Amino acid sequence: MGIDFKQLYKTFSLQELRKGLGVTGRKLFNKKVTIMYPEEKTPKSPRFRGLHALRRYPNGEERCIACKLCEAVCPALAITIDSEEREDGQRRTTRYDIDLFKCIYCGFCEEACPVDSIVLTDIHEFHMETNGERLIDKQGLLEIGDKYEQQIADARRQDAPYR
Amino acid sequence: MIKDLVFFLTGWLPEGIQITVWVMIKIVAILVPLMICVAYFTFAERKLIGYMQLRVGPNRVGPKGWLQPIADAAKLLVKEIIIPSRSNKFLFLIAPMLSLAPALAAWAVMPFSDKLVLADIDASLLYVLALTSMGVYGVIVAGWASNSKYAFLGAMRSAAQIVAYEIAMGFALVGVLMVAGSLNLREIVIGQSGLGIASWYMWPLFPLFIVYFISGVAETNRAPFDVAEGESEIVAGFHVEYSGMAFAVFFLAEYANMILIAALTVVMFLGGWLPPVEVAPFTWIPGVMWFGLKTSLVAFFFLWFRATFPRYRYDQIMRLGWKILIPVTLVWIFVVGIAKFYTPFAGFFS
Repeated sequence: MGIDFKQLYKTFSLQELRKGLGVTGRKLFNKKVTIMYPEEKTPKSPRFRGLHALRRYPNGEERCIACKLCEAVCPALAITIDSEEREDGQRRTTRYDIDLFKCIYCGFCEEACPVDSIVLTDIHEFHMETNGERLIDKQGLLEIGDKYEQQIADARRQDAPYR
Repeated sequence: MIKDLVFFLTGWLPEGIQITVWVMIKIVAILVPLMICVAYFTFAERKLIGYMQLRVGPNRVGPKGWLQPIADAAKLLVKEIIIPSRSNKFLFLIAPMLSLAPALAAWAVMPFSDKLVLADIDASLLYVLALTSMGVYGVIVAGWASNSKYAFLGAMRSAAQIVAYEIAMGFALVGVLMVAGSLNLREIVIGQSGLGIASWYMWPLFPLFIVYFISGVAETNRAPFDVAEGESEIVAGFHVEYSGMAFAVFFLAEYANMILIAALTVVMFLGGWLPPVEVAPFTWIPGVMWFGLKTSLVAFFFLWFRATFPRYRYDQIMRLGWKILIPVTLVWIFVVGIAKFYTPFAGFFS
């Protein structure tokens, strides 16, 4: 046993506390790494999963064939689909609702989709002001798809080699 | 001059009221700058800790974020004060005042410079010691009146901690008292004049200086001794049930106390309003400026500590207070006493 004088010196000279203060003291003058959002933004991956959209074929025909795979795979039960036969005999959705509050943005719907209809865009800056807005219907989803088609297609093309 | 003007303007009042008005004006003259300091101290804290964590801190409200404390104050002012239904309403509402009042009242004897002191009383050191001890009642009463387990735990911890560190603090001040030979804060500062920085009491009383400052950090319940708040274990400790302005008053008290401890450290160990070198260019700067500068420097350490140290465990705080700080102060008081009366180094200790 005996007294450990080295340890005693360390304790009473507050050596480790001073070391710690030295670290923070130096960091005080280091370059700051804060990104000044929203003026500055970090780059986003093409795989980013944001707001949903329904895509169309280049000829304007909607892609969705109401197979309901997305509805089945959705772990949060956020998708509700009703379907009916259209005049020309094709199967189409009459209702395609996504509840944005239930959705966990896992992207399973996109992966399940056989025709690349439902996709998650890279839009993450969206908000709702009234309660009903959390439900987006088919019309709304198609509009988002039309508006951001270029962006969606680019992101899919960039990611294609890795799929 | 201002005094004459005040007495002239209130000439139609009885003399007693005239004096009261004059004292009130002096109080406001101390408290308003103090409150502004407190507001911007919170801003400085957020900025500094941000910088030490490689962030930039608040920078959105006003130019470079300079209006942030104003925005915070406005927000807290308009928020609802929620009173828990099973609480003791009288005690619940009086607790914040109990904690703020001593933090402000202690400034009455603070010598900002040779002339600038509201109440130049002979026992000012005792007065300061008495008032800073009062602050603990605010915390205990808040914890008790809230009728919440977290608040109660926080209050108990804080009470035990403050009582423990009060002793070390008091002993550190005994050292100052022995060296200065006076209880008057103004005379304590004057006793440190002569050779500039070399004659400040921080040198002969170096261990007491360190102990005083550590106890001061513990007294104000600041990191790393902030178990009274312990946000990760007991939510926010004693003020968990407070909201709005009642919470803001606790907040003000904490920061006013911090500035007070910093100022007291300056007065007792760092030569108060005296310049570090007593030659021409330094003596031109008014004493109040030196006082403010030194106080800011010491206050900076509070923020630096918070940015650096993890919180002590509760038993470690008690061990440090009772088993290390108090013996150290006792030993140094003996050293000072013996050196002053039985050795040739008496000059160093006076």
